[in-house]
Amino acid sequence: MNATKTGSAFLRIESVSKSFGDFKAVDQVSLDVARGEIFALLGSSGCGKSTLLRMLAGFERPSGGRIVLDGVDLAGLPPYERPVNMMFQSYALFPHLSVWDNVAFGLRRDKLPKAEIASRVDDMLRMVQLTPYARRKPHQLSGGQQQRVALARSLAKRPQLLLLDEPLGALDRKLREDTQIELVNIIQQVGVTCVMVTHDQEEAMTMASRIAVMSQGRFLQVGSPADIYESPATRFVADFIGNVNLMEGRVVVDEADHAEIECEDVVHRVDHGITGYQGQEVAVAVRPEKIHLSAEPPEGERNRVRGLVRAMSYFGGYTLYHLELPSGATLKVNVENDTRQREGAPVQGDLVWAHWLPTSQVVLKS
Amino acid sequence: MKPALVEGGAGERPRWRGLPGGRRLVIGMPYLWLLLFFLLPFLIVLRISFAEMDGATISNLVSFADQDLVFRLKLGNYATIFQDDIYWSAYGRSLMYAGVTTVFCLLIGYPFAYFMARASAAVQPLLLMAVMLPFWTSFLLRVYAWKGLLDAQTGWVGRLLIHLHADHLLLALGLIPSAGEFMYSPFSLVLGMVYTYLPFMLLPLYATLAKLDLNLLEAAQDLGATPWQAFWRVTVPISRSGIIAGSMLVFIPCVGEYVIPELLGGPETLMIGRVLWDEFFSNNDWPLASGVAVIMVLLIIVPLAIFNNSQAKVARA
Repeated sequence: MNATKTGSAFLRIESVSKSFGDFKAVDQVSLDVARGEIFALLGSSGCGKSTLLRMLAGFERPSGGRIVLDGVDLAGLPPYERPVNMMFQSYALFPHLSVWDNVAFGLRRDKLPKAEIASRVDDMLRMVQLTPYARRKPHQLSGGQQQRVALARSLAKRPQLLLLDEPLGALDRKLREDTQIELVNIIQQVGVTCVMVTHDQEEAMTMASRIAVMSQGRFLQVGSPADIYESPATRFVADFIGNVNLMEGRVVVDEADHAEIECEDVVHRVDHGITGYQGQEVAVAVRPEKIHLSAEPPEGERNRVRGLVRAMSYFGGYTLYHLELPSGATLKVNVENDTRQREGAPVQGDLVWAHWLPTSQVVLKS
Repeated sequence: MKPALVEGGAGERPRWRGLPGGRRLVIGMPYLWLLLFFLLPFLIVLRISFAEMDGATISNLVSFADQDLVFRLKLGNYATIFQDDIYWSAYGRSLMYAGVTTVFCLLIGYPFAYFMARASAAVQPLLLMAVMLPFWTSFLLRVYAWKGLLDAQTGWVGRLLIHLHADHLLLALGLIPSAGEFMYSPFSLVLGMVYTYLPFMLLPLYATLAKLDLNLLEAAQDLGATPWQAFWRVTVPISRSGIIAGSMLVFIPCVGEYVIPELLGGPETLMIGRVLWDEFFSNNDWPLASGVAVIMVLLIIVPLAIFNNSQAKVARA
């Protein structure tokens, strides 16, 4: 992944913008993607991720900036001349063609010899385990099978860049989990560089090696799934990815090895300095699973708060508690259900102590 | 669901019998209508075609005289039709003009319907309305108006064609009798039929093209098809049902068209509709006329039945 920092990036997006009238769908975005990497553009609808993907495919022309793939500027190339293939969200399988002909469609446009086309289509169908369905029409397949046809079709031409538009969006949850892993295996087996677009953070985190969180046409943060989850750069990213408790406060102690932030209900102590922020307004983010509950008051005066159990949501593996803090704010806490009967777990109406380690918080300056 | 229906639904009966009475009625009514007003009359025509004129009346197929019950099928009408060139050339011309009209309607209608389906959602209803607008005036009037439009001296279409020297081209192709004379020719006939039947081609084409998923065209381009290839490989095959429906709606009525050839056609465009008219009402030879009609129906139905059958096989495969 260090390669992305150097000039050897396989796909280079240089301050690309796209405006529709006054609306800036994509605003000065830059990104390097390494060869063989699976990169995810993550954001809610309308954030510009699909527009960026469509610019990579050639369906939209950038208003500014450059897109360079393996040293070749793609700007002037129409979609049918780019070494880029896309798997559409709706799969866009040709309804009048069989599975086999769908996969062969791109190869036939390249005027490959018949024997070559046949062997490559057969290879593709074997890879996605659809050989017995070669003669079927798309409407005779299940959603999962259609998705695999779409994948085989987009890989058949051996593109240099594979684009996935919400690759699993149309599948139901259980199937999605199995398919995520299968899809990653196939992409890595082929070794193709891949850019995917998704609004589903779980999908992005399980499949991609790096993620760009997008909002209003800009990248808010680019990093590995763990980076983005554990070290969000902004309030927006912390709030967008997963569940989080955000507490506004002021830095009251700022030493080299620790800092203290006074919030309304609690004084946070973090075991690192926040150089130059003495007296400044910041936000402290704590993930619900990093907070522990106990009936007895924990040791020390910091990183602890007392709250009233207002609501509980049972999720099977864990239970999400909503604690009402003295100020009236809500603190979300996950408690792992490590026993079946949940002996000793707090119930609605209990007054409990919530506490966490000084390594658990993230201090957000913006 | 009513329990009575559940109880009754256990047996292996034909599917339509399981339908509630109301639905059976709705499905049955059009069939009853067609039975009464198409199949039955056709059988009467078929029966007449095997008879002969007996003075002013039509002879019976079954007669009883001298204790002989006689069932006579007179095949003379068909023999006449098969032997006389005038019928076959009229059939041939009818099929030919209907075919040419269908091709022109398709050539003009397809791009039209394509761009109509691509127009913005606000404009589409207006365009659709414009296509149907001609139906608001009398068909006869609209066809007759071409007489004035095509006049070389007073009609602007005729004057425009002369101005563009298109009349020399049409004359060279043998489609008009002489330069500057457009009426009563194969040209005016086909023009009138294309003009009249274009909406029947447009509407089914529009209906299929409007449903076309534009993602499919992007997918085709993404896979290396130029826009032109994407059109031929994706748009056209997917709109096939619309092409077939539109072509049938134009071709079938054109074969038997009577009014347009009568108003706009000339001596060399004698079509089967006119022949039928003459046999029925000028010659008053109903049996022969019926024979002509039966053969016309067979000429259309048999190829269509074969075509439909092969289509159904393709769809099932």
